[in-house]
Amino acid sequence: MIQVEHVSKSFRIAKRNPGMKEAVKSLWHREYEVVEALKDISFSIKDGEMVGYIGPNGAGKSSSIKILSGILTPESGTVSINGRIPWKQRKEHVKEIGVVFGQRSQLWWDVPVMDSFYLLKDIYSVPKQQFQESLTELIELLNLKEIARTPARQLSLGQRMRCEIAASLLHSPKILFLDEPTIGLDAVSKLAVREFILKLNQTKKTTVILTTHDMQDIEALAKRIILIGKGKILSDGTLLELKQQFPNEESLDEMIASLYKSYQIS
Amino acid sequence: MKLYLQYMKIQIQSIMEHKMSFFLTLIGQVILTVTAFLGIYFMFLRFHSVKGFTYQEVLLGYSVVLFSFSMSELFARGFDTFASMVSRGEFDRIMVRPRNEIFQVLASKMEFTRIGKLVQALFMLLYVILKSGIVWTPYKIYVLVSMAVGGTALFSGLFLIYAALCFFTIEGLEFMNIFTDGGRELGKYPLGIYGNAVLKFFTFCVPLAMIQYYPLLYLIGKESRKIVGLCPLAGILFLIPCYIIWKIGVKHYTSSGS
Repeated sequence: MIQVEHVSKSFRIAKRNPGMKEAVKSLWHREYEVVEALKDISFSIKDGEMVGYIGPNGAGKSSSIKILSGILTPESGTVSINGRIPWKQRKEHVKEIGVVFGQRSQLWWDVPVMDSFYLLKDIYSVPKQQFQESLTELIELLNLKEIARTPARQLSLGQRMRCEIAASLLHSPKILFLDEPTIGLDAVSKLAVREFILKLNQTKKTTVILTTHDMQDIEALAKRIILIGKGKILSDGTLLELKQQFPNEESLDEMIASLYKSYQIS
Repeated sequence: MKLYLQYMKIQIQSIMEHKMSFFLTLIGQVILTVTAFLGIYFMFLRFHSVKGFTYQEVLLGYSVVLFSFSMSELFARGFDTFASMVSRGEFDRIMVRPRNEIFQVLASKMEFTRIGKLVQALFMLLYVILKSGIVWTPYKIYVLVSMAVGGTALFSGLFLIYAALCFFTIEGLEFMNIFTDGGRELGKYPLGIYGNAVLKFFTFCVPLAMIQYYPLLYLIGKESRKIVGLCPLAGILFLIPCYIIWKIGVKHYTSSGS
């Protein structure tokens, strides 16, 4: 159970005009602009739900994920995930979540993927029996048998993503955060990843929170969509409900584009 | 501890992937310090003492500093390369793993090429121990060991401060090298020879003199008060403010996210 209530977060960003003179000036005097990344965000997600978290670039998606995963501390508001406050009980909290950052790797670059898996087993102190079971299952479902002995740096993007997902599930987390899991993947890999996530949600009842710009991901995976723009939650409902708002748009991407436009957040 | 060994294992496996690079760096490291050592040697061929310190005495101080520095590079190197870790966003990954942050950074990078320096420092130390004519009482052995331990703590603490500053800015942090590499360079000679101001700075601000100069004086009999042998503890106490600065850095990171 994830409960987010009235969460706000703002950042100070140093601003200066271009040019050498301004650069020197900024050494002494810096102007800051306060950017409100999140303004009074509230939502709740039940166990076993699969939620698509969408919005244009810079809308506050990453900040939200970072708060939920215990990396960032919000300025105000409360978050409770399975009864814990992520940034206060970081270690206990992160034992129960898995995080995949699509653009960053969590595997050790120079060693075979399997070695990374074994190190993760020790980091999360997964019992041997349980580890063997989830490992066997993940290898089979994600088709990792051939690639588990290859060093991570030699894998293709699609192969690596499958390994990343496996790596974040070795400790059987109850909640899985996926930050753009299909970015840059080819069609076959995308389908494989989607199919796996769907199966994971169905069989293990893992709660999945997914940010993506790929609308087919959303269509295939998320029953519920939370739309965020300029730090605010603009809509929260099913994909079908959104579609009904824009019956004239032909493709999903066009629909989302008009949706962003209608909220003036693009 | 067991987990630390697992991290160590995976890094050794990584090195195996790039054997050539490892050995070349190792050799380079050794040559680098051999030249420093030769510098001192040739100087003493012309002058027989520096401000009243003999060749062996200078070498004793230097080998302790070199040993400490290499030890902390070997184990705390993760902090030294921390700037790139933060800018690549790898610290986020550390935050989502259920382990202590300092432990994870420490374990994320061990610089095994420093083993070359370490072995060399040990040889120097052994040479001095045998040749210096110091009568090694149990207390003096304790002082020597605590110099090495305190020194390792001191340099690790400096790396920790360096890493903590990375949370605020990753530009212009080279000034920290004044204390780390600078400390090692100055540590070639007993810190007292540089004059009072330098000695004061390295006593009260960065307590390098506490692990090198004062206990050295005791070991070679220029200082007879036994209490001086406790000076190296300052290196370990130094970790406390370093840890606080680190905590402030992490706090800043979790509130700014960059």
